[in-house]
Amino acid sequence: MFSYKAIYVIVSREFKRFFRQRGRLIVTFARPILWLFVVGAGFARLVNIPSDMNYKQFLLPGIIGMTILFNSIFSSISVVWDREFGFLREMLVAPISRTTIVMGKLLSGTALSVLQGAALLIFSPLLGLKMNLLEFLAMLFFMTLLSVAITALGLFIAAFLTSLEGFNVIMNFIVLPMFFLSGALYPMNVLPPALHYFTLINPLSYGIDAFKHVLFKNNTAFGAEFPLLLDMGLLALFAVAMTILAARFFERKG
Amino acid sequence: MSIIQVTDLVKKYNGLTAVNGISFTVNEGEFFGFLGPNGAGKTTTINILCTLLAQTSGKADVNGFDCLKQPSQVRSSIGLVFQDITLDNELTAYENLKFHCYLYNMERAKAEEGIEAILHVVGLYDRKDDLVKKFSGGMKRRLEVARGLLHHPKVLFLDEPTLGLDPQTRAHVWEFINNWRKKEGITVFLTTHYMDEAEVCDRIAIIDHGKIITCGTPEELKKMIKGDTIYLKTEDDKAAGAEIEKNFGIKTIKLHDSICFNVEAGDKFIPKIFDGLKTAIFSVNLKKPTLDDVFMHLTGREIREDNNSSRVGETLRLRRKKG
Repeated sequence: MFSYKAIYVIVSREFKRFFRQRGRLIVTFARPILWLFVVGAGFARLVNIPSDMNYKQFLLPGIIGMTILFNSIFSSISVVWDREFGFLREMLVAPISRTTIVMGKLLSGTALSVLQGAALLIFSPLLGLKMNLLEFLAMLFFMTLLSVAITALGLFIAAFLTSLEGFNVIMNFIVLPMFFLSGALYPMNVLPPALHYFTLINPLSYGIDAFKHVLFKNNTAFGAEFPLLLDMGLLALFAVAMTILAARFFERKG
Repeated sequence: MSIIQVTDLVKKYNGLTAVNGISFTVNEGEFFGFLGPNGAGKTTTINILCTLLAQTSGKADVNGFDCLKQPSQVRSSIGLVFQDITLDNELTAYENLKFHCYLYNMERAKAEEGIEAILHVVGLYDRKDDLVKKFSGGMKRRLEVARGLLHHPKVLFLDEPTLGLDPQTRAHVWEFINNWRKKEGITVFLTTHYMDEAEVCDRIAIIDHGKIITCGTPEELKKMIKGDTIYLKTEDDKAAGAEIEKNFGIKTIKLHDSICFNVEAGDKFIPKIFDGLKTAIFSVNLKKPTLDDVFMHLTGREIREDNNSSRVGETLRLRRKKG
């Protein structure tokens, strides 16, 4: 059913494109730094934070989540670019299944997201959040789960988008609300109940919550809000469900 | 042996019939032309044949495989050059070809060998490590044709392959396709609305409003138009005209510095003129009926009626329409 050579070459293409598009590369690394040290610096003065941590520390798991969110969505929406510029047809007429294409895109989107998330862990010791090897591996594991979930969500959305005009709508009505309602910038339990419900159906919430478990060791009032097992289970469930949906709809819509 | 077999093919898009019950066969090794104005159903047919589109009814087989039920086998048997460029601009020429080889599950060594060889053939070897976005339209086209042939398909589909190219580049692309055809003996299925490109096909089907209105060799089709036109410049047009009328029973028309007349198989008639005329002849000109004339004869319209803009403008329009 899968052609491994095809998956390999799709992934290798996405990597080449990622490292060749300098603008995207710069934004990728500048954006989290901007949030951590510029937005973070401002908010730190406003937010009444428990004395055992500072706001930049609080922001780190959220910013890792944001980086994964943006990259995963951007990677999967590249299907729409491929469609717009005709390259998708080159893949669609090849003797490979649609599922192979989805797997290639899923794998490349996930790998690039985890790579960027992992790069941000450099800030962890700088911000005074120490990690041992096991915790580092745990972070990689949760980042992978979250990346698969969001990339598959993006691919599912991309199956319905026939032109790039839909991209702005996705950005403003799905991606940004997901970011704001995920516990990335403030604990979810400070939100009014109506908005709090949204955080519960947002996969990013569980990803960032899992990061907080690992990074904060969960001994602070601003730490994780769900049990770690719940985070893991829901993320895995969401990842699998979205992958199946994306493959199904891609098969139909091509 | 037939390699493409289409029977009663119908495709409807929300109430609009793009292809309306067409049937035809293409033989192995044949150069088959699918000719018709824009919107006649050419691209829809090609999309069904290359498994990108499911037909509403009817049957289409390529290389013995059913396009609807065995898409994977069909896809392995065919190569495609689309109307619009489908290369990745952010990759080099070499990387684009390598991507293709791996999609078609070619072995690495074989792929590399094939890529090097074909890049030499299309004259892009020196530019193989340049990003495709730096290529001209003609170079991109050549690269696409090369890519379509890399996996040694049985049938090469060319959907308006020279749209938007200047005449010199068009000739270059055709030279390469023809050489390859002679060498490999593959079947070529061409859609075009350029009559001069269709002239060189072994057989042509003319499609209009989703129906095939005629099918045959270019010679057969042109026989539907009675005769050729011969133009003569002579020492004394009046005398020459009288002689022709007397010796061959053909009425001539006097033009301002020549005479002309219609005759069947004009090329074979020319030697007879020299035998039958005492008046000195300065020049003989023969105008064969073109496929344009055939299309006009069958439909009462010109094939490019709605295509007055330049070819470049046309491609741009097509690109935009796609979005």
